[in-house]
Order: sequence, then structure tokens, then C-alpha cells
Amino acid sequence: MVDEEKLLLTGDEAVGLAAKHLGVALGTGYPGTPSTEILEYFSEIGGKAQWSPNEKVALEVGIGVAFAGARALVTMKHVGLNVASDSLFASAYTGVYGGLVIVSADDPGLASSQNEQDNRRYAVSAGVPMFEPSDSQEAYDFTIAAFELSEKWQIPVLLRMTMRVCHSRTIVIPKKDLTSKNPLGYVKDAQTRVLIPAYARFAHRRLRKKLGELKEWSEDCPFNFSIFKDKSLGIITSGISFVHTCEAEPDTSVLKLGFTYPLPIKKIAEFVNQVEHCIVVEEGDPYLYESIRASGINVDGKDESYRFGELNVERVRNIIQKKPESERKIPPGKPPQLCDGCQYRIVYDTLSRLGCIVSGDIGCYTLGVLPPFNAMDTCLCMGASIGVGLGLRHSLSEEKARKVVSVIGDSTFIHSGITGLVEMVYNPPPTGHVVIILDNQTTAMTGLQEHPGTGRKLNHEPTNRVVIEDLVKAIGVKNLHIVEPRLGSDSFEKLLNESLNKEELTVIIARRPCLLASKKLKKYQRCEDVKKEVNREKK
Amino acid sequence: MTGITNVLIAGLGGQGVLTASDLLAFSAFEFGFDVKKSEIKGMSQRGGSVSSDVRFGKKVWSPMIPPCEADYLVVLEPTQIEPNLFMLKEGGLLITPKEIDLNKLPGKQTINSALLGALSLFLPIPVEIWFKVMSKIFLNEKFEKNKVAFLLGCDSFVKKPVNVSIQNNQL
Ligand SMILES: Cc1ncc(C[n+]2csc(CCOP(=O)(O)OP(=O)(O)O)c2C)c(N)n1
Ligand code: SF4
Repeated sequence: MVDEEKLLLTGDEAVGLAAKHLGVALGTGYPGTPSTEILEYFSEIGGKAQWSPNEKVALEVGIGVAFAGARALVTMKHVGLNVASDSLFASAYTGVYGGLVIVSADDPGLASSQNEQDNRRYAVSAGVPMFEPSDSQEAYDFTIAAFELSEKWQIPVLLRMTMRVCHSRTIVIPKKDLTSKNPLGYVKDAQTRVLIPAYARFAHRRLRKKLGELKEWSEDCPFNFSIFKDKSLGIITSGISFVHTCEAEPDTSVLKLGFTYPLPIKKIAEFVNQVEHCIVVEEGDPYLYESIRASGINVDGKDESYRFGELNVERVRNIIQKKPESERKIPPGKPPQLCDGCQYRIVYDTLSRLGCIVSGDIGCYTLGVLPPFNAMDTCLCMGASIGVGLGLRHSLSEEKARKVVSVIGDSTFIHSGITGLVEMVYNPPPTGHVVIILDNQTTAMTGLQEHPGTGRKLNHEPTNRVVIEDLVKAIGVKNLHIVEPRLGSDSFEKLLNESLNKEELTVIIARRPCLLASKKLKKYQRCEDVKKEVNREKK
Repeated sequence: MTGITNVLIAGLGGQGVLTASDLLAFSAFEFGFDVKKSEIKGMSQRGGSVSSDVRFGKKVWSPMIPPCEADYLVVLEPTQIEPNLFMLKEGGLLITPKEIDLNKLPGKQTINSALLGALSLFLPIPVEIWFKVMSKIFLNEKFEKNKVAFLLGCDSFVKKPVNVSIQNNQL
């Protein structure tokens, strides 16, 4: 039987648990696969966690918490860090007081993302130290180490995870002797935290000095270690690639890097000297390979074909044996579809029938690109639908321009669509524009999370609601319609047709709760009612 | 790799693939194995393909079953056999709803537990452990239904001689 102290956790849960054990004062983030479950779990086990409208705000709130001397955990998917990058770079300069750990959950293989960018590059360009766990135990241990390091060097730390590490369950033995830390309290330090050029010049030097010290620390830290076995081949690896490597090549010498920025170049050189031949096995970009080669150390890397997609044991074997990609044809699975009865079906049916040019966005509703609808022309990144739609309107022939519609979800609108709408009001195209906000009252794509427009917090308790229609009106959009697209009614089609012909600025809010969320919504509502009832009785 | 049992569970979003793989992973964990479980659940709520790898034994490294190395392929939906069959090793065992008397199933949603019941015949994990884990995953009425389904799976799998070497009986 399993002893009590052993748990079977996903990497995400392990990070949440470590945060709880460390007494993290606040967890902030924006949902995004595969990072979402970190804050959900942290909240479930009693941590204080909240969804922000987007990743930039989440990081800024985290920075504030850390300035106040408390610990902050900020989570997002890889592309979220693009949104938060301005704050990331600045916080590297200012440094922090309480610990600040930022989780970037990357998605090599694009299980549920628009790209497979490798965020290890961010650690280098922003100048923040980085850990790369390879399983849930390390996710737990490295979260603890990351907070310690963040507080010791007063610097934000990047915990770079990947989909397989986030979503795999592996065994975790939690630490017994952890103490959560009381906030250090506020100390004003404007010279450090106000980045006017005169101060920022110092800040940059201060940052480089810290990174120099961390480079030394990296050489001796327990997170970078060698396992010497057969020395005819040595493998340098990190993250999930480490476990694949151990299975593929159980008898080979391995240098496992858990702390991957700044890299322990001396340690790497020693390892390479001890083995006859050395190859770097890593998922995604050749980040380790290029950094090691740039330091003048001769190592081999993987073939370019292995930059794409996730690695697995078979691919790691092929990389090591310098074999090309396996030619096995994997039969395609069934692609996801819009649920039967989802309001989006009616919207896309209509858009398709009216021959619209649809500037789309990211969410459940991106599935409108697939047959039978084929009703999406562009989709890049969250919030892009409005700007791209306006650009199309500005430059297409009048006849075509009149057909352009931007389609955006409610969570996405709040995340990064609001500024697009400001642009629309400020720089209206000659033919006007039509924006459809698909308001299903949830963040369906990532598993039904709350957002500011639902009026409920991360843990589904009620809070202030940002009313989308009020926001739209306040920005200055004159034509605002709220509709509920229904099967067998042509009112949505009529409205859209009229709006397209008007050559004015129009926002249509298509509002109907997501079918999957409805059930849950009813449950939360019941909870709220019960609570109200109880409170009334108490009075 | 020797000494590791690899089970791939596949189906469509909403069928309970991930619940099944959790149930298996936690049962193996309770039994004392080292366990790793991974899954692809991107947009599973919209009815697309979902699959989950469960690996257990004395020491497991990668959470992903290498292609052609699954000892067991448990498929909840017949259309999902073909896209996953390449994962099954030669002589591996395919378990599908065909093995189950669906008329006796206490609800469509319990097919996952029924198939695990069938799978359990080949694993060293005792039924008490399965039920202990089940009682944590399913509440009250759901637990009872899934127990019935699990036992149905245990019964209705015709235990024909299969060329699967069960390697996991030593810890
Ligand atoms: C910068 C960034 N953060 C997070 C994500 C993950 N993500 C994709 S769409 C989406 C929100 C979808 O919600 P909504 O707009 O309400 O549409 P729905 O899925 O409910 O249809 C999220 C969180 C992302 N792709 N990019
Ligand atoms: S999950 Fe909700 S929003 Fe997504 S397709 Fe289904 S009903 Fe529509």
C-alpha cells in the first residue's frame, strides 16, 4: 500500500500544491491550455487565486504582490507570455521583493494552441532565471526552488513547463519541513522600481550582475547533474526529453539540466570532455544546442525535422541514432466539432450563407472554420479579429469590404478585444464595420472558466460583473444589438444583413450560454441562492 | 522496456476516457506501482478523439507509450480503434465494447468502468483496490452504477487464451 506522503499528481497540480505549501499570497493568471489547472487546483486546496482579464494584467498584479513583500505565482500558456512580455522585461529590471514565479506552459505539438513557440527564449531575452521540470516531482521541487531563488536574488523566475509535464500524472513526495512565509512588508524603493532612464540604466547593470552570479550558482546547483554510465556517448537534455532519454538509452551518460538559464557552461564543458561524443536532445527549438555551441563547446544536435512536434521515446532514439523521422502514417483521429445545438452553429450558418469575409478569433468558435460552415477567413491570436477586420475593411474594394465581419468570444473580447473596438471608433473604415461578440458567458475553449463578464470569480463565487454592452456603448459604438440566435428564426440573419448594408459601426452581441456551461451555471446559481438564504436567516 | 505495463485508453470527448485512465492510474498507484499517466485532452469537450496513456511497473520513465508498445488498447468507441491500433504491440490485447453485454450496462456513461472491469482480469490489482479508488472518483449513486458496470466487465469478457505476457506481477 502507498504511504500517506505519496501523491499521484499532474505537473499542474504539483505546482499548485507547492504554492500552497509555500504560502503563496496570490495566484493570478489567464486560462490557457496546458496551464489552466494550476490555479484551479491551488484554489481548490485553499489557495487564493484569481483570473485576470489577460496575462499582462495577471503579471502586473503579481509584480505588485511581490513589491508588497509577499509571494506571487503567475500562470499562463506560452502565448500568454507574449501578451505579458512588456511587464516581464520591466520586472526583470526592477526586480522583486517577495518571490515572483511565472509559469509559462508551452505546447510543443500544438495540442491546443496556435503555435509552438519555445519560451526558453524569453528567459534569455528578458534576463530572468529559468527552471525546466521534467515530471510532477520536479514541478513541485522546482516551484519551491524558484521561490527561494527569486527571493534570494530579488528577481522574477520563469518556470517553463510543457504540455506533457503539465498534464501527466506522476508520483510526488511533498516536503515536510516547508514553512510558508509571512509577507516582508512594504519598503519604498523608487530608485529600484521606477524605470525612468536615469534609474533604468542602473537597473540594467544590476540585472546583469545578478545573472552573472546566477551563472555561478547554476554550476553548482543540484538541479543540473551528470549521470555517468557508458562514456562512448553523452546526452545533454532537459525537461520532458530527459525522461524519454532515460527510457531510450538507459546505459548512456546523461547531463540533466533542470536550471536552464543561465546555463552551467563549465559543467557542460566538463561533461563533454568526459564522453567520447556528445549530443543534445531537446524538444522544440535548439536552445541548449545553440547556447552550448556559442560557448565554443562541440556538441551534436538533432536534425531540423525534430524541431516540430513533441518528442517521445521513439523520436529520441531516432535523434540519437541519427535516423530520419519514422515514416509511420498515423491515421487521423476525429476532429472536435461545435456541440449540437450550440448557438455558434446558427451564427456560422448565417455568415456562410451571406458570403461574409470573417475575421475570426480564438475560442470554441474557431471551429467555424471547418466544414460544414467554412466560415472563417483569418484567425491569428487572441483579440486579432477586430484589428485585422478593420484592416481588411480599409483596403478591400468597397463591395468586398462591406462583407467583412469580425467575430470574437466574450472572454477573448475582454482579454484583448476592447482596444480593437477603440480603434474601430477612432479610425472607422469608410464602409463602417460589424463586430459580433459571441457571448456564451464562459471561457469554453479552455474548460469553462469564469471571466470578468460572468460576474463570478475563479472559484465561481459572485463578484462585480463587467457588462459588455455598457463597455461597448461607453467606447462610443452607436449601433448595439443584443440577440439570441435561435434555430428556426431568421431574426439574426435579418439583423446581420441590415448591419452589413448600413455602412456604420455596429456591434452585435449574440448571447446564449454555452450548453456545457449551462448545467454548471445552474449549480453555481443554486449555491448563491442558498448562501443568500442562509445570510438572510442569520440577519 | 521490461517490467512495464502499457495501457492505452481511447474514445471520444465526453465518453469518460480521462476518468477511466485516472481510475486505472490511481488503482495501480494504490497497489504500489510506479505510475505515469498522460493524456491529450485539447478540445475534448467538443467530441473529438481523446486518448490517454497509463504506464505502470517498478520504474517508469516516459509518461508516453512508445508507438507499437501498448500491451492493452481499451477503446470506448468502435470508430476510435483504427486511429489507435498502431499503438498496440504485436500480441497485445484489444478491449472494446464488443466484450460487454451492453443491455445489462447501468447507463451509457458507465462503459468506461465496464471496460476496465474486463481489463482488470489481466492485471494483478485486486478488485478491492479498484473499488476503493472508484469510491473516491464517483460519488454515491454513480459509484454504485460504476461498480455494477465494472463487475459486468469482469464477467462478460470471455476469458479466451490471449498471447499477452503479463509482466507486471512482480513489484
Ligand atoms: C494569449 C492567449 N491566452 C490564452 C489563450 C488560450 N485561449 C484560447 S481562446 C481562449 C478564450 C476563449 O473564450 P471565449 O472567447 O469566451 O470563447 P469560447 O471558447 O467560450 O467560445 C483562451 C483562454 C490563447 N490562445 N492566447
Ligand atoms: S462547448 Fe459550449 S461554446 Fe463550445 S461548442 Fe459546445 S456549446 Fe458551443
